[in-house]
Amino acid sequence: MTVNKKDPVLAVLQLSGGNDALNTLIPYNDPLYIDNRPNVRVPQDSVLPLNDQVGLNPAMAPLKKLYDDGKVAVIQGIGYPSPSRSHFRSMDIWHTCEPDKVGDEGWLGRAIRDLDPNKENVLTAVNFGRGLPRALAAPGVPVASVGDLETYGVLTGIDNDTQRAKALDVFSRVYSPMIGKGPVVDYLAQTGLDALKGADILSSAVENYSSTIEYGGDVVGQYMMNMAQTHLAGFGTKILYTTAPYNSFDTHAGELANHTKLWTETSRAISDFYDDLKEHNASDNVVLLVFSEFGRRVHDNGSGTDHGSGGVTFVIGDSVKGGLYGEYPSLEENKLLEGDLHFNNDFRSLYSSLLEDWMDLDAKPIVNGSFEKMALL
Amino acid sequence: MVNQEFALMAHLMRRAGFGAPFEELEARTAKGYEATVEELLQPDKQPDMERDIMMRYKTEWVSQAGLEGQQEEWTYQMINSKRPLQEKIALFWHGILVTGHAKCEYPRQQQLELNMFRTVGMGNFRELLQALSKDPAMVFYLDNCMSHKDAINENWGRELLELFSLGVGMDGEQNYSEDDVKEAARAFTGWTVTNSIPRYPYGKYEASFIYDPSDHDEANKTFLGETGNFNGEDIVDIIVKQPGTARFVARHLYNFFVADEPQVPAWKDTPPRDIEAIKMLEEEYFRSNYDISSMLRVLFNSNFFKNSRFEKVKSPTETVVGTMRLVGDYTTPKLGLNALTLNIRYMGQDLLNPPTVEGWHTGKEWIDSGTLVERINFTADQVGNTDLPGVKNIIERFNSEGSTISHEQFISGCLEMLGAYELTPETHSQLMEMAQSEGEVKTGTPEFETRVGQMLQSIVATTEYLFA
Repeated sequence: MTVNKKDPVLAVLQLSGGNDALNTLIPYNDPLYIDNRPNVRVPQDSVLPLNDQVGLNPAMAPLKKLYDDGKVAVIQGIGYPSPSRSHFRSMDIWHTCEPDKVGDEGWLGRAIRDLDPNKENVLTAVNFGRGLPRALAAPGVPVASVGDLETYGVLTGIDNDTQRAKALDVFSRVYSPMIGKGPVVDYLAQTGLDALKGADILSSAVENYSSTIEYGGDVVGQYMMNMAQTHLAGFGTKILYTTAPYNSFDTHAGELANHTKLWTETSRAISDFYDDLKEHNASDNVVLLVFSEFGRRVHDNGSGTDHGSGGVTFVIGDSVKGGLYGEYPSLEENKLLEGDLHFNNDFRSLYSSLLEDWMDLDAKPIVNGSFEKMALL
Repeated sequence: MVNQEFALMAHLMRRAGFGAPFEELEARTAKGYEATVEELLQPDKQPDMERDIMMRYKTEWVSQAGLEGQQEEWTYQMINSKRPLQEKIALFWHGILVTGHAKCEYPRQQQLELNMFRTVGMGNFRELLQALSKDPAMVFYLDNCMSHKDAINENWGRELLELFSLGVGMDGEQNYSEDDVKEAARAFTGWTVTNSIPRYPYGKYEASFIYDPSDHDEANKTFLGETGNFNGEDIVDIIVKQPGTARFVARHLYNFFVADEPQVPAWKDTPPRDIEAIKMLEEEYFRSNYDISSMLRVLFNSNFFKNSRFEKVKSPTETVVGTMRLVGDYTTPKLGLNALTLNIRYMGQDLLNPPTVEGWHTGKEWIDSGTLVERINFTADQVGNTDLPGVKNIIERFNSEGSTISHEQFISGCLEMLGAYELTPETHSQLMEMAQSEGEVKTGTPEFETRVGQMLQSIVATTEYLFA
């Protein structure tokens, strides 16, 4: 056991739309898989086996390599009781850890508050994408949200550099003296200065970055590169977050082609991200969580699959004890939940492990309760 | 000097609508303040949207838009409606009488609810609550269709009292008890909807309200001190008579149209910012027999309203829609409307999909470092685009004022044409310094156009411009 002196960093990749767990981690020797997927099935001989029972989708070769190196924990049958098959609601539950009532505070928002209670670093958490996922939202918790790291900043629409510099100079000078004009204006002015400062710092991440890794041109690849750039720049960012394009994993139709493309891009992005950090000797303090709001219906609908439950989640990193966790949910008809896989691992157990065993935080108030941890770190 | 009548008109139009370009403000100022208030309060006298044209661009708006499509349609309507207060009222009630896409998953049904807000939202509050109780999106969203005479579901009964009418309490006192919640829920048993959920193979279709007498609890109920064999209508009738309901409606109108109040959960214990104003509105509530329009007439014509300029942080919807009205873009549902609409989401307001049944937290809570950057960049990109008609008109107006204008004329002209904005002396002197550093202001040149765009960008980036 080596002593890790660098602060732990949690990176999150959210696969929106409901990733089909059954065609991701495939029970390729189970006749029920063949029976239930007359049309939307990955051929047995193309699966990348992890053992005699399950294997990865053939589009996931880069992830398989990381698995073989012992860097990937695969959590099977993950979910929560009385699953919602609504994208929004189910994602909300994963974001807020509130399965019974509607919560408005995200689990990572609460974690950020614990990590940086005095708001000393405007970049403690950085989101890549437009709009803040609720996982990161909590009142009074600042999170930088970056649409495009290359061009991120205030007043980026001003093309002329000299003019923009002038406008930014005016911006910083009109926001500073507003401090001291009452609580509302104080807050707004401080937020403006924080945003400017964050953007200023972040702009150096791209400038100082060089790597032999060439990421794919897809959105996930670009955002994973942005996460690597931000981590490598050493700004003290502890939470990095990004989301695959809105509902892209919602494969109701044409699943075989679409899902292959999605995982080809996603597993390449994950492996590029890991290799990039490794190349810079910066992979040891990062753990990456890859999750989706639910799995999909066991029986296919002819060309795709409908909303289901019981998903699969990946946790990846040098500190992760690779392997399979939990049991693969049974495909037997009487063990399904209204035609869907039954979860046997609560996502809040996984969150608790990540928060306590990795981030060194008290998980209970963050996930709203005590959940048995998984020994994956 | 700033023309005070013009400034007041700019204020009225920002609050009762989504702002207006300076030519419209001038025309309305000429017509008069009270006449404009009356015009706004009588939307039926203004032309409705030209739906046939809208549907020709966007066939999905006819019946089957997804969330983004429905958001687009509403945003387009807010930008172009000749009945701005009607759209503003729909937005007002949408943020209070909340249903959410996360659960309803059928935006068309919520669109029908918005239509209900448009037609009854400025009328009698009693009728509004009656319509809301029968609104299929609401019946489904708050589970009243799951409430049965032998097993009540309290969700609707509770939120009706807590979030839609009485509020938890006022002046430190509770407005109702847990028993009242249960009794209200009992009275609404049997109020349900036709099944709207079969997704395949025909897609969803609109649900309608039905009353099932066989599932209605016919025993006596005691609600807020009154006893009888109440049905849902009786509950609404009892609710609207309560002082708590008058306070609730008054305070929400004040919070939305006049000045930012603390967030709603604090209202039981935090007194209103201006109790005199709230009392005026409460009195009008009872005097007019619960008429929202009458309350709005009192509100817009009051001194407390006229003195409340820049006392509210603009919402994301007000920011995007207001900017479009200012620059005169998206007067047709052309390409790019979807991307434009998404800016409202990026700034933190996902229309038709509020985070919880409490709606959005408003005021300064709209702003964090992520949403602020989205807001400033969006607004600056628009006003800096000198090809847009509204920006061109601003440039033309300067050109008509002479070949050279003073720096002061330049800055105050920009502020006035943005809607009579006011800056602190500190901000003003920074902008003055910037203007002076670029030399004399000569109108009618390509450089001047750039300078106008730049000045507008600097103004919309200030903290002052975050307010309405």
